[in-house]
Amino acid sequence: MEQAKKAELSRIATNIRMGALTAVYSASSGHPGGSMSIADIMAYLYFSEMNVKVDDPKWADRDRFVMSKGHTSPALYATLAEKGFFDKELLTTFRQADSILQGHPDMKAIPGVDMTTGSLGLGISTACGMALAAKHTGKTFRVYTAVGDGESEEGQVWEAAMFAAHHKLSNLCAVLDLNGLQIDGPITEVMNPTPHDEKFRAFGWNVIVINGHDFDEIESAFEAAKQCTDKPTVIIAKTVKGKGISYMENQVGWHGAAPNKEQYEQGMAELAAQL
Amino acid sequence: MADKIATREAYGNALAEFGDKYPNLVVFDADLSAATKTGVFKKKFPERHFNCGIAEGNMVSVAAGASTAGLIPFCSTFAMFAAGRAFEQVRNSIAYPHLNVKIGATHAGISVGEDGATHQCCEDIATMRSIPGMVILNPADAAEARLAVEAAINYEGPVYLRFGRLALPVIFDENYKFEIGRGVVLSEGTDVSIIATGLMVHEALAAREILANEGISAEVINIHTIKPLDTELVTASAAKCGAVVTAEEHNIIGGLGSAVCETLAETAPVPVLRVGVEDTFGRSGKVPALMEMYGLTAANIVAKAKAAIALKK
Repeated sequence: MEQAKKAELSRIATNIRMGALTAVYSASSGHPGGSMSIADIMAYLYFSEMNVKVDDPKWADRDRFVMSKGHTSPALYATLAEKGFFDKELLTTFRQADSILQGHPDMKAIPGVDMTTGSLGLGISTACGMALAAKHTGKTFRVYTAVGDGESEEGQVWEAAMFAAHHKLSNLCAVLDLNGLQIDGPITEVMNPTPHDEKFRAFGWNVIVINGHDFDEIESAFEAAKQCTDKPTVIIAKTVKGKGISYMENQVGWHGAAPNKEQYEQGMAELAAQL
Repeated sequence: MADKIATREAYGNALAEFGDKYPNLVVFDADLSAATKTGVFKKKFPERHFNCGIAEGNMVSVAAGASTAGLIPFCSTFAMFAAGRAFEQVRNSIAYPHLNVKIGATHAGISVGEDGATHQCCEDIATMRSIPGMVILNPADAAEARLAVEAAINYEGPVYLRFGRLALPVIFDENYKFEIGRGVVLSEGTDVSIIATGLMVHEALAAREILANEGISAEVINIHTIKPLDTELVTASAAKCGAVVTAEEHNIIGGLGSAVCETLAETAPVPVLRVGVEDTFGRSGKVPALMEMYGLTAANIVAKAKAAIALKK
């Protein structure tokens, strides 16, 4: 990837992190850890990969994205705001009673949200349905979904994995955000879902393992996914939970906790320094 | 009287029939195509029928996703798995975003017969009724089942259709009009209102004859749409007759009987007695024996009708 593009994506990802942190801080509630870990992927998807129209969010031929790990809505909302689907100011209304920015993504209320999610395991199945519909109707749009590593403990993720491979949904690309932590602790201690690569391969998927914070690897992975014409692809993205904010990185406690004023200001300062 | 036909059979036939008229109609099934009768559609439109295997939760969410791209999915499995196992997927993937997915649930109620309690779902109306915006259709015969399928296709949003395994006589002819949310007065009366749904409509009509022979005038109403309930009709009939009996092949908790009681408590309080499965599980057996055992009979409706009349002030 060209340096200029990499710098631009890096800047966007940092803006997404700042937007997500602002949303969670404003709400005094939400899920910052997994929002930070997926931010680079989100930046690449919406600013390099996906074909969407900001002025026509429901455009029939658009590529779709399903945030299956719906609790990381702050990352999705910050991305959509960065892209221009709605005003960035709205991020400060996150989780408020009169806001469109529900705690978990609501496709009916929020421009740019392609599927209502939040209950884990359901999103990847809906993404399968979209991909199947595209194939069935001869549409060429692609479907992307972000799945949590903890989420992969849900049986439905594997029902969906079976379905996608069986129906050869090569237009489906899942990203597994392997940040290693879930609410109660490290995934390997709570209920070990690893090894994800061998499991997905056994289910019939094209498997690509990358560093989820390296734009060269991210780009190569999404390009390789498009070259695979007979299988769905899963990009297993090794990430750092809380990425970009020193006190959050790899700390399980930041899965679903909001920063106080001091922590918020420190986090914003650290992120601003990365711009 | 035409030959007996199960509503599930009519469902499969209707899907195949309307597949021509509605090219966006697609069908998902969970390894039960032969039993749910979506296999009839599959035979005619193999490329529009998707087997999801024995994974009902995934099927429901897949259907939700497919609907966002303009398809009209029907997903089918037994009522137990559609409204029970996949309850949360129905609620969160389909109903909360109000997506255009139809759930064709077959093998509802005690009349499943020999398979017994694990497969005799008498709680599906209750779970589906508790979901905001869900439409629930429970046809009484094959003719009504066919009309319900087309009405569901033409309704934009989630619909739960409840079909049975048991072959039933056909009640309605080609002049019968079906409108979602509109109950049908099958017979006018003045002493007691029998409000029935599904296969209990047959028993309600039989009960009416027995009561008439004893000089009791019973009104019989077919409620094919349990949600949204035709509260206007239910209220008017209750106010006129002063006593009500509900009849359903479902737990008396949470189904039609509950819906009628909830309405009448607010609009026209009169005695209401409920015929249905009395908060218990089913069991294996021949259907006639089971219907007798669980009180899903014209005789029980008659007894409850007399008791309801006796409760009038």
